[in-house]
Amino acid sequence: MNTKKTSLYQLHQESNAKFVEFAGYQMPIQYSEGIVEEHKFTRNHSGIFDVSHMGQLFIYGGENLIKDLEKIFPLDLKNLKLNHSKYSFLMDKDAGIHDDLIITKTNEGFLIILNAACKDNDFKILKELLEEKYKMVLDDNRSLIAIQGPKSSQILNDVFAGVKDLNFMSGNWFSFQDHKVYITRSGYTGEDGFEISIPNDFVDKLTRELINKGSKLIGLGARDTLRLEAGLCLYGHDLDKNKTPVEANLKWAISKERISKGDFIGSDIIIKQLNNGVDKIRVGIKPEGRIIAREKTKIFNQSDVHIGEITSGTFGPSVNGPVAMGYIENEFSKKDTKVFLEVRGKKHPANICGLPFYKKSYVKGATK
Amino acid sequence: MSEVKYSKEHEWIKLEGDVATIGITKHATEMLGDIVFAELPEKGSNVAKDGTAGVVESTKAASDVYTPVSGEVVDTNQAIVDDPSKINQDPEDSAWFFKLKIKDQSEMDTLMNKDDYDKFAKETSA
Repeated sequence: MNTKKTSLYQLHQESNAKFVEFAGYQMPIQYSEGIVEEHKFTRNHSGIFDVSHMGQLFIYGGENLIKDLEKIFPLDLKNLKLNHSKYSFLMDKDAGIHDDLIITKTNEGFLIILNAACKDNDFKILKELLEEKYKMVLDDNRSLIAIQGPKSSQILNDVFAGVKDLNFMSGNWFSFQDHKVYITRSGYTGEDGFEISIPNDFVDKLTRELINKGSKLIGLGARDTLRLEAGLCLYGHDLDKNKTPVEANLKWAISKERISKGDFIGSDIIIKQLNNGVDKIRVGIKPEGRIIAREKTKIFNQSDVHIGEITSGTFGPSVNGPVAMGYIENEFSKKDTKVFLEVRGKKHPANICGLPFYKKSYVKGATK
Repeated sequence: MSEVKYSKEHEWIKLEGDVATIGITKHATEMLGDIVFAELPEKGSNVAKDGTAGVVESTKAASDVYTPVSGEVVDTNQAIVDDPSKINQDPEDSAWFFKLKIKDQSEMDTLMNKDDYDKFAKETSA
């Protein structure tokens, strides 16, 4: 087995990380304090996540690139401002999701952050779709860390003056000891935070500096409980090729202007589903009591008919109870509908609920 | 004097008279991480040696709890169901899982003593 290590591997080891293999990388699932404490620390203070396994795809180009990318992504990219980001998906012609991603307009083209398990395949697909007209770099020389939680803005601003003035879903270049660092105000925890793209050689130094200023390393275990409480999807679980963005209840991420023209990959299906509705849809599910319904748990209605399946489920430390998401037949997707979850042969009551489970505190404008 | 014995499934068992108190070891809780859910056998039910007699779940996964000996469940610890984090805090004492009235004391003979268990736990987690 040939698992890769990120540039923070040594720091993870020093910090008593427990490692798991994830998408071909040795990644920290948790550190000595454990998932619950790490989760709460992120919500109350500031946590650092090594997400260097994720793909950082730089595509270089101008007006033509924008036109070509609009044939792929359901986004209004020509009107996207410089250094602004959008959440989107790479779809197949049936609107099945190859990957979900964040795309940012930079001064040289676009930066796309891709899921680790999908990045090589995404690269291949995009290269074919763009017919090799543009320089594309899936950059292994850069690391990516996220710093998330209410204290993160002040901590990061001590290192990168001015970073606290970034708006949510926008970014800029900063410098760390004369090296170019790209920082966006974004994340995947439901907290205010930032993602920092930095050359591999300097990520260890920067991370130690952030720890010295009061942030803490947080593992993938807490990243999962944080994102699930925030109602955010995890690719390979809540999203895959058999699900469309409309079924995933992510139609907010599709540009209305682009739908009216319908000239992107998967647009036929998307438009059809937006007009006619979908058979199944992603919902939040709150079990009554403490029972945890994990991925693949079957969902039944009050007449004991199988109506769906859980795609993510765990214990939410901030909610202090179990939380889950899943796909359910549309007619049962209304908030407060009572359903039953089959766990270890027994059916347990649960209710369809709105997402997120935990209220976001993203900053909208710049902090004073 | 009652001796505490240990199973390969990381349960501890303490026998007093013909009543055995059973829980999971500190080592088990360290492997599981934060325990957020516990399910116990029903009082009055009968459990068989090496059969499942409960469930614990961490944020990551669910794990069965086995009983190292056979017997009738005479008591269960509701406190760990109400607050499963107690299992991480005090696994080998106040956070016991259930008590059995045991039938065959010789079932205890195949279990490990503390030294052997510590060695076993160290080897299997390496």
